[in-house]
Amino acid sequence: MTAYHRPIPILWWTERWSYLLFVLRELSSVFVAWFVVYLLLLINAISDGPAAYDEFVERSGHWWVVAINVIALLFVLLHTVTWFGLAPKAMVVKLQGRRVPPRAILAAHYAAWLLLSAITAWVILR
Amino acid sequence: MADRITLEVARFRPELDTEPVLQSYEVPLREHWAVLDGLSYIKDHLDGTLSFRWSCRMGICGSCGMTVNGDPQLTCATFLTDYAPGPIRIEPLRNFPVVRDLIVDIDDFMAKLPTVKPWLIRDVHSPIEEGEYLQTPDELDEYKQYSMCINCMLCYSACPVYALEPTFIGPAAIALAQRYNLDSRDEGASERAEVLASPEGIWSCTFVGECSAACPKGVDPAGAIQRYKLTAATKSIKDLLMPRSAR
Repeated sequence: MTAYHRPIPILWWTERWSYLLFVLRELSSVFVAWFVVYLLLLINAISDGPAAYDEFVERSGHWWVVAINVIALLFVLLHTVTWFGLAPKAMVVKLQGRRVPPRAILAAHYAAWLLLSAITAWVILR
Repeated sequence: MADRITLEVARFRPELDTEPVLQSYEVPLREHWAVLDGLSYIKDHLDGTLSFRWSCRMGICGSCGMTVNGDPQLTCATFLTDYAPGPIRIEPLRNFPVVRDLIVDIDDFMAKLPTVKPWLIRDVHSPIEEGEYLQTPDELDEYKQYSMCINCMLCYSACPVYALEPTFIGPAAIALAQRYNLDSRDEGASERAEVLASPEGIWSCTFVGECSAACPKGVDPAGAIQRYKLTAATKSIKDLLMPRSAR
């Protein structure tokens, strides 16, 4: 007797919104890696002196670099938001014997994100 | 409301078919009839050759899981009227080999389940004369949610990771491991760690969350897995920083 094994359709990830989000989140790791490379290139340009830095800034202004960075930003935001969505599931925090509500843990993550972003913005823009 | 509804049922007779084919049946559309009642009507009155599993009809045995209009459901808890005017497509659970019609082979799960040792493990058993291992209501609450699992396999059917990586231990097995890890009477967490923290364990899960959405008992296997990821990661860091304290 032979059992039937249902083949996985090529477009299985379009069957549900959650599957699509899963695939996009997996893909987001590529863009996280891109930001790391971009940051290393920036540091390298700074270490090579003002001329190299100016060249890096000019190259970064090309429309296709801006487009890549905008797409990368959207993917990194997706990565962050979905990661924060996971945090209340993973963290079971108890205060005075009572479990801290998952929403409070989620809010704490967003508050920390906001604070770190504000500090970063202050360091860069002051 | 119409008094009949069409069920499009996947048929797979291994001696005849190379792949499942849909067969339509009209069944009475009654207010209190679940999809399982519709299938029983077919079996009793229209086509005795239709094969499917069921037992308790009250969401406890976990036998009657099927794919209803694309979603994994317990057919005893899914009502015909919710899908009126129909048709309703009923297929076997996904991600498992189909043995016949709506019956799937869950041997893979049955082989994986004991690897996470889902039973109470004690270093030293107390003598029976000392009585039960006592537990407070708070200690019970720690794991009670995970103990509600009925092994219905809806979570495996919903999980795309299990579909793509069949070696993945899977949502229910990990939730059941956590059921014992979090039990105050259990001392076997370290024995389960190797399997749970392996690449086929928690780290295969990418938090799609469909297992928890599909679970008919509110077990939240996705939550159990994410929680154990934090436990395993914390332990790895502790072992790295304080190797002498590692067991």
